[in-house]
Amino acid sequence: MTRSGVIAGVLAALVLGGAAAVFAVVWRPAIDAIDPAQRTFANDLVKRGRTLAVIGNCSNCHTAPGAKDFAGAVAVPTPFGTVFSSNITPDADTGIGRWSEAAFRRAMRDGVDREGRHLYPTFPYDHFTNVSDEDDRALYAYLMTREPVRSAAPANRLSFPFDQRPLIAGWKLLRSATYHPDSSKGAEWNRGAYLVEGLAHCGACHTPRNALGGERASASFSGGDVDNWQAYAINAHSPSPVPWDADALFGYLRNGWHPDHGTARGPMAQVVANLSSVDPDDVRAIATYMAGVFGQPSPDHRRGAETVLAELKAMAGRASETNAAGAAIYAATCASCHESGRALPYGGINLALSTAVCGSDPRNLANIVLAGISPREGERSPIMPGFASSMTDGQIVAVLIYLRSRFSNQPAWTGVDQVVAEARRTQVAALRTAAASRQPPADLAQRDKP
Amino acid sequence: MITLKVNGRDHRVDAEPDTPLLYVLRDHLALNAAKFGCGLGQCGACTVIVDGKAVLSCVTPLVLLEGKQVTTLEGLGTTADPAPIQRAFLDEQAAQCGYCIAGMMMRAQALLMRNASPSDDEIRGELEPHLCRCGTHMRILRAIRRAAGLMNRAELAPESGADR
Repeated sequence: MTRSGVIAGVLAALVLGGAAAVFAVVWRPAIDAIDPAQRTFANDLVKRGRTLAVIGNCSNCHTAPGAKDFAGAVAVPTPFGTVFSSNITPDADTGIGRWSEAAFRRAMRDGVDREGRHLYPTFPYDHFTNVSDEDDRALYAYLMTREPVRSAAPANRLSFPFDQRPLIAGWKLLRSATYHPDSSKGAEWNRGAYLVEGLAHCGACHTPRNALGGERASASFSGGDVDNWQAYAINAHSPSPVPWDADALFGYLRNGWHPDHGTARGPMAQVVANLSSVDPDDVRAIATYMAGVFGQPSPDHRRGAETVLAELKAMAGRASETNAAGAAIYAATCASCHESGRALPYGGINLALSTAVCGSDPRNLANIVLAGISPREGERSPIMPGFASSMTDGQIVAVLIYLRSRFSNQPAWTGVDQVVAEARRTQVAALRTAAASRQPPADLAQRDKP
Repeated sequence: MITLKVNGRDHRVDAEPDTPLLYVLRDHLALNAAKFGCGLGQCGACTVIVDGKAVLSCVTPLVLLEGKQVTTLEGLGTTADPAPIQRAFLDEQAAQCGYCIAGMMMRAQALLMRNASPSDDEIRGELEPHLCRCGTHMRILRAIRRAAGLMNRAELAPESGADR
């Protein structure tokens, strides 16, 4: 054999080997389609699946406002383009009706659909991979017993190369498994860890993402972005004036509000509405685990909280001379509820306790001033009128700047006017439809009634 | 003293800047169409139009209204010469006790000003903040559809307004 022949042979072997390696990473077999009519499920299993689907917040991405449950086609904006959620009803042609339990489990664990195509990680299988076989079985039973809806999702709008699904296989190699049980911790903590890191996928919103759209493992729970809302840091970097503890977390997740922290709103409103209907022990477990993630507050944080709470008791209003317009609007428009001393949920939280006022940008505050908080049917829920129609952008900007300077000790925000204009563009219409059409998926029997 | 523009006229009002617009309309200007329902911006009975948008006057203090145009139901038409929205509510007999109706008409008017032919879903979505316990909802929907028809016909025949 000549020398060039040897080189050619080695090159060919490398190319073939490389191709085989790529093939092994990318290629996934189809799993045989099944006949949807053949399945039956035990009632208990379906019931457990419903609770799990509520904890997993499935409907938030898979049910469009006003549309049939789980029919998908919800647009999920990403930095790479728009992905539309799948129809996960048991419709045979446009849903997942022909999926076997094994195909469903593979989607949850590895992000691969029945036909063997890689799914975009907007479906948070980086978390769902932690869900147990047993829980996947219950979720499958629940979804397969929903009403089938014939509805195909629109094609994703992604630019090249992000429209190439085989690339997702490479992305998956970068993932790091996040969850392991810890035998040094108690059962409640471990249950919480299992839910938070798995099905509840809290980090999907609350952990910042890297340039490739993956969660930054080094910055778990340091805060992220979702639908033009800021998902706050829920670790030691929390901007909440009063530190969170397990009891406060439990009350907030269960009721949707807490007297030291205010009201869940934006995408979090749906999460707490869901958690109000599940086993309280699971909510307690989530609170216990997350309290560990927040950790013990620093002495500064604790002192700050004591100062704020003491000032609230004294109700010592500090006058601001620097922003007369904002001060006047606050005094006339906001203070009658927010300084009424009336308890939550019908009174407004004193804004010295507001996380939104202390957040790193004014998005959430702008969203809430514009759209308000709609009451939830049949329960004792917080209310606030929206001011989109009665306040100009200039008036909202003035009041936001005033709130920041009066109620937080953080540096002033920049670009408040752009944030308000953007919030008006994106939020008001979205929240109005959400208030009108979105119902919590399970009964609210366990939630606080008037 | 604050200057407030209501129904095309300037009014000098002696009231604190935190006074809700509703109180000024009813107590200072004797414009009683807008009603006090809940006082929390949750029922819609106090709705008026400010710069073309439906606004809850019970939670809108005077300080927000500088330079803005307020329109109340009295500004749309009179008993003798009702506006299309009022004519339509009368024709459909859409009121029972009527307490919520002034607010409903004002939000419907604001809707029809920016969307001349709203769908039923759009009307229902728009009026979602309004509570009515009498139950004339179907008549209210019909009245708003009728008002849209009246207003569209008026636009097609622009001279008709001058005849009245």
